[in-house]
Amino acid sequence: MSEEFKVEIVNPEASFLSKEDVTEVIVPAFEGEMGILKDHISIISFLKPGILTIHTKSGEHKFYVEDGIFEFKDNNLSVLTSSIFDLKKIEKSRLMNLIKVAEEEASKQEIDDQSRFLIDQKIEVLKSLN
Amino acid sequence: MASLDDLKKRITSVKSTQKITKAMKMVAAAKLKRAQESAEKGRPYSEKMNNVILNLSNGISDKETAPKLLSGTGKDKIHLCVVMTSDRGLCGGFNSNIIKKAKTYFGEILKEGKELKIITVGSKGNDQLKRQYGNKIIENISFKNSKNANYFDAEKVGGIIIEKFEKEEFDICTIFYNQFKNVITQIPQAQRIIPLNTESEDENKLEDSYEFEPDEDEILNNLLPKNISTQIFKAMLENSASEQGARMSAMDNATRNAGEMVDKLTIQYNRSRQAAITKELIEIISGAESL
Repeated sequence: MSEEFKVEIVNPEASFLSKEDVTEVIVPAFEGEMGILKDHISIISFLKPGILTIHTKSGEHKFYVEDGIFEFKDNNLSVLTSSIFDLKKIEKSRLMNLIKVAEEEASKQEIDDQSRFLIDQKIEVLKSLN
Repeated sequence: MASLDDLKKRITSVKSTQKITKAMKMVAAAKLKRAQESAEKGRPYSEKMNNVILNLSNGISDKETAPKLLSGTGKDKIHLCVVMTSDRGLCGGFNSNIIKKAKTYFGEILKEGKELKIITVGSKGNDQLKRQYGNKIIENISFKNSKNANYFDAEKVGGIIIEKFEKEEFDICTIFYNQFKNVITQIPQAQRIIPLNTESEDENKLEDSYEFEPDEDEILNNLLPKNISTQIFKAMLENSASEQGARMSAMDNATRNAGEMVDKLTIQYNRSRQAAITKELIEIISGAESL
């Protein structure tokens, strides 16, 4: 029996990635990282900044996502996100830039706890990539 | 009748106009292809987003506690209309069609004694509306500097709308844009985005239960603002494809008209030249005969 399912990542401008032979996906869900295997129960949740890992037979593929939601249903995982970067392709300077923007945001006073949590998370993840 | 020289000048001027409209048509055609592509590419996102929201809102047990962006404020007093038009002219009836649709809607609202607020996106809409509804326009957004419709701009508009909603500046929000059907047909649309229209088109597609993490309300609260930006982005994409389509057919018509005009003027030019020759000949012949 095959253990594979389908993953589709779309951003507002285009379909970012579509893969049929995925064995496991680790998503940075809001309440913690979550591994999704075939025949997972239908679920909807949203993402926090982090690393999304897709395991296929031929290896693994990592992406950095900032926000978005995902839906798993009938062995179809759809990830909707407005900011996603392929870790292999992302440049150092781009990364530094993202960190700078995030830190600027974090230094603002008037943000609520939830967004502060998200921003701190973002900085942490970005720094670990660096 | 115009002199030969005048006619000649006119023919040259019409011909150079034709060159311009022809070039504009080609540019529009090239841009249309790109705009159409991105409109098609953008569709999966907004469709998926819509699906998820439909599933979520069906999963919500208690409609009373549902987020306000979904269920509305429960009032129907202040209407916010977002009229999305282009920044450039020369695109046929593109802008006027949206404005016409919007004006009919405005008329209805005002007749019912409700309050109207307008946000215009794109400068052409603002130009056409400010005379009649100038005091109702609360914001004018223009993306003259961005080359293509991009999500970042859409998020800006979405942010403004949500901010105003949270300040309870309006109850119902409708966006106006042109839906791209094909190059010659664009359908002006009025779409309500707050409160969200959750009646799904095919009822039997209703899903089995989902697991939500965290709970439905929290996801919805996070998702709905995103959905507004997504809907606006979708409208922007449709709009830019429609704009190029409309411009292409308008310029095609203009080129054809210019061609017809050149033909007519050439005939007129030839006739009057011939008339001048004949006149001269008659003068010579009658001069010779009188001798």
